Amino acid sequence: MPVRDLSRRELLQRLGAAGAVLGGAAALGRAVWDKGHPGFGASTERALTRDYRLHEAPRELPQLVVARNDPDPAALVRKAVDALGGMKRFISRGDIVVVKPNIGWDRTPIHAANTNPQVVAEVVRLVLDAGAKKVIVTDASCNEPNRCFQRSGIWKAAYDAGAEVVLPAAHRFRAMRLKGEVLNEWPVFTPLVNADKVINVPIAKHHNLARYTAAMKNWYGSIGGRRNRLHQNIDVSIADLAQFIQPTLTIVDANRVLLRNGPQGGNIADAKDMHTVIATTDQVAADAYGCQLIGRTAAEIPYIVMGHERGLGTMRWQDLRFAEV
Amino acid sequence: MAVEIAAVLRRVLGRIRKPKPRSGSGLPARKVIQGLVWARRASQAGFLGLFLYFLFQTAFRGSFTSSETRVRLPLPVEGFLLADPFVAAMTLLSTHTVYRGLLWSVGLLALTLVVGRVFCGWICPFGTLHHFFGWIFPSRYGRGNKRVESNKTYARQRVKYYLLYAFLAAGVTGSAVGGLFDPICIAVRAIGLAVIPAAQWIAGGVNAALGATGVRAFQVAADGGQDFLAGTVWQNKQFYYHQTWLVGSLLLAVLFMNRFIPRFWCRVLCPLGAFLGVFARFALFGMEKDHAKCTDCNLCLVHCQGADSPQGGVKWRQDECHMCMNCEAACPEDVIKFRFLPSRRSTVTAPDTGRRTALAATAAGAALLPVTRVADVIDANYDHRVIRPPGSVEEKEFLERCIRCAECMKVCPNNALHPAFFESGVEGIWTPILIPRIGYCEHSCVLCGQVCPTGAIQKITEEQKLGVGQKAISIGTAFYDLGRCLPWSMATPCIVCEEFCPTSPKAIWVEEADVPRRLPMAGENGAPPKMETVHVQRPHVDPSLCIGCGACEKVCPVQDQPAVYVTSVGETRSKTNVILLENTDYNKPS
Repeated sequence: MPVRDLSRRELLQRLGAAGAVLGGAAALGRAVWDKGHPGFGASTERALTRDYRLHEAPRELPQLVVARNDPDPAALVRKAVDALGGMKRFISRGDIVVVKPNIGWDRTPIHAANTNPQVVAEVVRLVLDAGAKKVIVTDASCNEPNRCFQRSGIWKAAYDAGAEVVLPAAHRFRAMRLKGEVLNEWPVFTPLVNADKVINVPIAKHHNLARYTAAMKNWYGSIGGRRNRLHQNIDVSIADLAQFIQPTLTIVDANRVLLRNGPQGGNIADAKDMHTVIATTDQVAADAYGCQLIGRTAAEIPYIVMGHERGLGTMRWQDLRFAEV
Repeated sequence: MAVEIAAVLRRVLGRIRKPKPRSGSGLPARKVIQGLVWARRASQAGFLGLFLYFLFQTAFRGSFTSSETRVRLPLPVEGFLLADPFVAAMTLLSTHTVYRGLLWSVGLLALTLVVGRVFCGWICPFGTLHHFFGWIFPSRYGRGNKRVESNKTYARQRVKYYLLYAFLAAGVTGSAVGGLFDPICIAVRAIGLAVIPAAQWIAGGVNAALGATGVRAFQVAADGGQDFLAGTVWQNKQFYYHQTWLVGSLLLAVLFMNRFIPRFWCRVLCPLGAFLGVFARFALFGMEKDHAKCTDCNLCLVHCQGADSPQGGVKWRQDECHMCMNCEAACPEDVIKFRFLPSRRSTVTAPDTGRRTALAATAAGAALLPVTRVADVIDANYDHRVIRPPGSVEEKEFLERCIRCAECMKVCPNNALHPAFFESGVEGIWTPILIPRIGYCEHSCVLCGQVCPTGAIQKITEEQKLGVGQKAISIGTAFYDLGRCLPWSMATPCIVCEEFCPTSPKAIWVEEADVPRRLPMAGENGAPPKMETVHVQRPHVDPSLCIGCGACEKVCPVQDQPAVYVTSVGETRSKTNVILLENTDYNKPS
């Protein structure tokens, strides 16, 4: 018989150690056991919309204002907003206000692919004068954002007017569920959903697929991710986004309008001076009126009809209290 | 892991403590030498900081300037490369010119002729990294006598001269491939394309984890941190670089070599160090030794950077010395003295390379080009993926100039430029190519040419690139894969490509068409599925207008293999890689 020099204590220690490791591994495996899923789990998050509209609409004030015939874009903005009852009607003291121009393209103002910087600056000034705590100017660009913000002239103009300019960055998008017909879960640009008031400041222009775009289409800049898929159903996508964000106020810049090669243009001859600004609380009416600038009617443009049918606004702008200044 | 970090920390802190009293005679070093050692440390830290600052600034982050201001970088971020005489010499041999700012390299040569390889010990940011890791890495097995042995002069140090001769010979035959081994190029390439993006990737993960905690304070701090880092170190979006695992791995490997041989890179491989070593023989400043006083304490060798035999009893190797002054500062017996116009009695000035091996290395370098060029990648069977940045010179001249420094890839705001792997053959490894699926060429951007130190990418203006009053610069041509294109084969409207096409008139035009579409459900009573008619716009490319920017390819919603893609054919710089008759001259050799 060989001599066994294993003590009882050591035997128990060894058995105990091996048993503890086995038990620990088994417990961990059981705790995180994935029995397999029948399918992809549906998101349990509640679908989200952002309605920034005012609830009261005094009868004596117009709902749709068109200012025109002034070569100064800022003056047109002032006139239009004054006619709507002034910025104080829309902004409360201490509000955090997001101004959302179109800063989609690496183009200079002469190309009329982005909102006119003077229009953006004037909106910022009016909002600050009305007592807002902070104004954020932002957009999720199509081209390289730094270039778009700089070369559109909006970065400098908005900054000089006292706004905080926020460029899109990966950490500023959060996946959210939209209540859309074709849009479900998308990365949303967070500044636009964390505001007290949102003012949409698009530019009116030609778009080769959607024909005419301004107010409703501007919400493409509220989401990230692979937006290129939206084009397969561009009209429903636009209507879905317009349903997702309903702004406090829409101010359409039509000082210079791109007539061809939309949405980014690139040739000065593609754009024409029109010296017009449209201000309204109804984003569908803004597009229904605006599309006439490039010779379209609202009935020709499916997303405007959808917006009307979904009750986001009216495509019959003639039914609204209308004023021209 | 934690134990190792603690050990490293202890080592760092331990070294910062007051030095032990000097052994031997105990005489302190001359005040001027003590001062110079600290001046060197300050210089190393300052230049490493400046290098990193320039590297971080090799990016366009926008500014408040007006929309009419031309977009350029305000700083000479490629400055370290412009002062690099190895780059200047290599491209001088290949192009017979010194390109623009590369004339600054004469200044560095002048500095070397006065004070030797001061660049290596005082300025070179890559050398400083090796100095640091050579100090922090060696384990307890690499201390004391082991350290003394590893800092003696070895024959392996000749390798860098052979590399230098080979690369200069390759330059003569028409290739700037030596840039692969230039320390500044490596530092820009490895830190810019691998270290910074990896750090950003980690930070992105940390940001997401902090955001997921739901604690407001964490989220605010994480977003604030990301904003700060995006504005200073990296940019607003994560950058990715094609196959840079090799660039990153090689950096790690060469840094890790410091564990076994301090400053392995500088002593054994660096062709710039070798280039300066060749000229250090003329330096007016140098070392004198008083061998009689030497007690063989070897303190000089403990701290030697260049492995240049500072100890008594042997001759000092002027071509290997980094002029760090550690040996004189350490010597307790006044054996070593640095001074102007020293006696050269105990100095070897010229590199100690065998003549035959040097000739063989030169011949190998000269043979490189024929060997790689007959492999079919350039003259015949030109690879369609080799889309060069806008403003690039014709391919053969491009390879005479491109030093693979990666400045263009670092500055590209759209992450469009990438180091080639084998797309342009073995010779073209890490030269810039555009990969539109990752990023497209921004229409009015000319920053890659601005930072290119050797003129491989010329400093074009916006007017030249866009074709204002002249023909626009094209880098390739887009093609449709009709079987994958939604309007062409799936009766689905799309044309995002046309929307993003930046030229005016657009190079992509659409054909209106009413096409049949089968409904995706069976008809009633087993009838075949019903048909409907869909209106689509089918895209076409006009190759005479297409500039090959790749915006269409980038935005194509067919995610994995896009339905529209760009290849290099039709690029303005080539007379042979063409489609259309108008730009073709068949009488010219390629």
